[in-house]
Amino acid sequence: MIPPTFEYLRPRTPDEAVRMLADAGEDAKVLAGGQSLMPLLRLRLAYPEALVDLDRIAELREIRDDGDAIVIGATATHHQVVRDPLVREHAPLVAAATATVADPAVRHRGTFGGSLAHADPAGDLPAVALALDAVLLARSASGGEREIPAREFFADWMTTALEPDELLTGVRIPKAGGPGWGFRYEKFHRTAQAWAIVGVACAVRRVQGAVEDVRIGLTNMGPVPVRASAVEERLAGSTLSDGALREASDHAAEGTEPPSDLHGSAEYRSHLARVLTRRALTAATAR
Amino acid sequence: MTEIGHARPRAEDARLVTGRTRWTDNLTPAGTLHVAYLRSPHAHARIDRVDVEAARRRPNVVAVLTGKDLAEEQGALPCAWQVTEDMKLPAHPPMAVDEVRYAGEPVACVVARDRYSAADALEDIDVDYSPLPVVLDMERAVEDGADLVHSDLGTNASYTWVFEQGDLDAAMRDAPVLLERRFVQQRLIPTAMEPRAVLCEPDGSGPNMDFTLYSSTQIPHILRLMLAVVTEIPEHRIRVVAPDVGGGFGSKLQVYGEEVLALLLARRLGRPVKWTESRSEGNMAVHHGRDQVQKVTLAADRDGTLRGLKVELLADMGAYLMLVTPGVPLLGAFMFNGIYKMDAYSFTCTGVFTNKTPTDAYRGAGRPEATFAIERLMDELAAEIGVDPVEVRRRNWITHEEFPYDTIAGLTYDTGNYEAATEKALALFEYDKLRAEQHDRRERRDPVQLGIGVSTYTEMCGLAPSRVLGSLSYGAGGWEHASVRLLPSGKVEVVTGSSAHGQGHETAWAQIAADRLGVPFEDVRVLHGDTAVSPKGMDTYGSRSLAVGGVALYRACDKVVDKARTIAAHMLEASEDDLEFGGGRFSVRGVEAAGLSIQEVTQAAFAAHDLPDGVEPSLDSDVTHDPENFSFPHGTHLCAVEIDTETGFTKIRRYVAVDDVGNVVNPLIVEGQVHGGLAQGIAQALYEEAVYDADGNLTTTTMADYLVPSAADLPSFTTDRTETPAAGNPLGVKGVGEAGTIASTPAVVNAIVDALRPYGVRDVPMPCTPERVWTALREGGAR
Amino acid sequence: MPRIRVEVDGATYEDDVEPRVLLVHHLRERLGKVGTPVGCDTANCGACTVLLDGLSVKSCSVLAVQADGRSVTTVEGLSPDGSAGHPLQRAFHREHALQCGYCTPGMIMASLDLLRDNPDPSEEEVREGLEGNLCRCTGYQNIVRAVRSAAAEARTGEVAP
Repeated sequence: MIPPTFEYLRPRTPDEAVRMLADAGEDAKVLAGGQSLMPLLRLRLAYPEALVDLDRIAELREIRDDGDAIVIGATATHHQVVRDPLVREHAPLVAAATATVADPAVRHRGTFGGSLAHADPAGDLPAVALALDAVLLARSASGGEREIPAREFFADWMTTALEPDELLTGVRIPKAGGPGWGFRYEKFHRTAQAWAIVGVACAVRRVQGAVEDVRIGLTNMGPVPVRASAVEERLAGSTLSDGALREASDHAAEGTEPPSDLHGSAEYRSHLARVLTRRALTAATAR
Repeated sequence: MTEIGHARPRAEDARLVTGRTRWTDNLTPAGTLHVAYLRSPHAHARIDRVDVEAARRRPNVVAVLTGKDLAEEQGALPCAWQVTEDMKLPAHPPMAVDEVRYAGEPVACVVARDRYSAADALEDIDVDYSPLPVVLDMERAVEDGADLVHSDLGTNASYTWVFEQGDLDAAMRDAPVLLERRFVQQRLIPTAMEPRAVLCEPDGSGPNMDFTLYSSTQIPHILRLMLAVVTEIPEHRIRVVAPDVGGGFGSKLQVYGEEVLALLLARRLGRPVKWTESRSEGNMAVHHGRDQVQKVTLAADRDGTLRGLKVELLADMGAYLMLVTPGVPLLGAFMFNGIYKMDAYSFTCTGVFTNKTPTDAYRGAGRPEATFAIERLMDELAAEIGVDPVEVRRRNWITHEEFPYDTIAGLTYDTGNYEAATEKALALFEYDKLRAEQHDRRERRDPVQLGIGVSTYTEMCGLAPSRVLGSLSYGAGGWEHASVRLLPSGKVEVVTGSSAHGQGHETAWAQIAADRLGVPFEDVRVLHGDTAVSPKGMDTYGSRSLAVGGVALYRACDKVVDKARTIAAHMLEASEDDLEFGGGRFSVRGVEAAGLSIQEVTQAAFAAHDLPDGVEPSLDSDVTHDPENFSFPHGTHLCAVEIDTETGFTKIRRYVAVDDVGNVVNPLIVEGQVHGGLAQGIAQALYEEAVYDADGNLTTTTMADYLVPSAADLPSFTTDRTETPAAGNPLGVKGVGEAGTIASTPAVVNAIVDALRPYGVRDVPMPCTPERVWTALREGGAR
Repeated sequence: MPRIRVEVDGATYEDDVEPRVLLVHHLRERLGKVGTPVGCDTANCGACTVLLDGLSVKSCSVLAVQADGRSVTTVEGLSPDGSAGHPLQRAFHREHALQCGYCTPGMIMASLDLLRDNPDPSEEEVREGLEGNLCRCTGYQNIVRAVRSAAAEARTGEVAP
């Protein structure tokens, strides 16, 4: 099918981008990799008046070290993220989850920031950002720069805390890799192409066998990604015996509001959340 | 060199791997206008008003037409299969006029300078609908007082068709084992990779206007006739071309409204018009497949010997009867008995209207449904009496000494060797070893359980003997045409009425001709898919091409050789009886030196300077072949699945298919057909389902929701063959297009149920999604 | 209307395009490069896969304006003289990795990208690498075989038996 008409704007710098976004008004949309937006346009499920294409803003693609965190530029592609040495070292969970996004051709175009800003509850990366306590860096012509913690960023079903004139420029992710850290993204889907029915993103740091830090984010267990807080609380300080791990995982669906849709009932999703959380934890702590 | 039997890579590949293809959408003659359709968002509604004025005023729009605008000329889409005398056949306008009966039915169209403008203008068409009650559930649809899809018919039942043989009451009475099951064949979307497209080019004006219609169709010949019947444009004014066609699987065995309308729009506007479907509209508007509720009752003795089978079907027709919609389930009527002997059989099928996309042929068409039911039942029987599922089949199948065998369903199976195929499959599968592993996993209560599924299928191919089609009230014959032309230079043109769309006719037909004529493969060109080039034909479906069309070619080659023999004998001054033909040469028996190549004879026939009396110049022949009987491929498929009992996820661990498709012209092509068939049959078992919501909207309109498996979802298959030649044709071939699909679905589901049987599970509805497996486990365990 | 300059299969084209025009429509309808077909509208099927600056993309999910100043390779570019001379094209033919052929251009371009990334893929790696390309005819088995055969040929210079 055929996209509707729109004005096309191609800024060269972030400053120009936020200015264009402000000038274009409420019905403008940001075009990053376009891998979610293009199908929406083709099915005529979105009618933006203008698209601000970030494709030619080189600095938004950068991935850099930021002390105790790394910053992933909003338009770093999935392809780039999966291979980036900084990501692999300091945010291996991000690399692992990103490798499961769609397929190679889509990963060549799709972007890290785009996936988060799209905020699809079935998307793999929002739960990862949430689990890692990422901070989303936003910028607008009127308000300047703003930092939004992931737990505030995902506001509702496919809705973020970004203002219409605000641009996501990057994502700061506290380092969660290296000695003591283990990680896993457990994605459950019916076919390789299908969206996750449920996904579990988990990163665990152990010191002398005891859990020092554990983060678990759930994909598609509600309108927004959620943390499996009940599991995290139970595992803090634990030495992760089989029984403890299993008992804690049984609380994975607590406080979630999973949808019932074509791909799975709420009850099944809750069950999967428990099983996959146990598996993700087991894998993350296997060594 | 023998071409028949040679695994020759295909001649047609060269253009396909380089992008030098002629898909219909690639063709855009100068002046082409583009059509877009506005489709109903309602499953059932009255059309109160359609306002197209705003759309007409848009730039680049040439015409906007509604069903009402075309009501006088658009006719009704044809159904060629009046299965019973009192079958209810509702009028099916190409574009809805007063009422829409499924979501996706065309309501209006825009013709514009380009496809972008056409798409834009659709949004300016304003339609007022009054929603009507929606009929979605077949079983409720046939209850008294049900809402009606077609109020004027007074019922949602289109027909009830019955077949009975033997004394079923006697067979059922006091049967030690009586198994009653309800199986649901879910609705499927055929999903050929090439979306439909049609281009109609008019030539001339007034009553002498000629039309060339290019369409992504399986059936150029049938389509031409039907377009003439529907539009009353004289048949000889219509040429239909099926250029390169990107798959069909039955979905392009159809006469679609968009094809009729292309003709009408081209006539009205005097310019070429083109329409290309998008996937999301295609999922609503291409006919769907399967969709049956099967109630089956099997009677058997305690040792597993079958007594009789009762089949009661409801088959979802969708909103209208299309080309062969009502006949599809009846193709299964003759197959529910499978490869087994029994004393009595009864089959009843009621075709039911619903407010859904019409159904029609999808790969296998009737036979997969039947095979699924009987093969599932045989596994159930095995479980019931505590015998291995292979053994229970062995106790009941027709042994190879018993052929030809008249089945309880009224067919005569000519040949077969179920024992040989099964033995080979069991060995390749390492059946006993996997059974041991299964036992071990059960003992250990391993969270990953192993299941083994068996499917010993047969099917009927080579559609079809015309007299049989006549007896079933089908509207046409089942013959096929071929002609062979030896060109003056000695090259060969073969014309076939069977229209390929991925099957490899250009290779296989050239192999047959090369062999029979003794000419190099490269010297043969195969022409098809154009009614101006191929004057007659019955086209491609029902695994018929080789078994009917290939045989037509075989006979046409022999006919041409016979004529050449007469000329050669004259030239060599020998008796025809003394001539031998081999390797493309006529030689006089016992006289080594005396001989003529077929090319030399061709030249002589072309020059015609000295032909025997009564022999016409040129060397060519035409044959129309009507088969005497169907052909009956068979085989044994074995599937092992691993089921993650915690999530319900099914993984195919091993799949072995041993098929007997008779003699093989090209093993490479045969293997490819089996692979593809397996993928589609497995997809029915595990992944695919067209789902409607409570309002009758299709929720699986995109490939993101209708799950076609990718390479990452499917296993590597082990395929092998036994070769029991078909007795009914000189090539000994049977057909292979649908075998993989027919056999594999029950093999997979049997494997899943086998894995879960210790948990009290005895069925999982298709597609066996992880959630359904998980649910079955919970419910089974609770029992 | 933006003016764009795109190199496609070695030739440079300059056109004014509506911003909403999809790259695949630009290729097919403006440039006459109809070797790349369209199979869906949700970037699932992969039939329209081309290389954009050397990386595989689904050309139905890229705007033509986004290709401005860039280089596109389609299946037609693998055989400028029209003969199926590329190792992948030959392997697809040899191994019977296509039937109707509609997915084939995308399948070959995705395979090209896969082999660039991994010159010696296992069966599983090929299957996963091609997860974004759907085929309805072959059941994939011969496609997997063809990709591995082409890879072996590229590594050793010899055609696998």
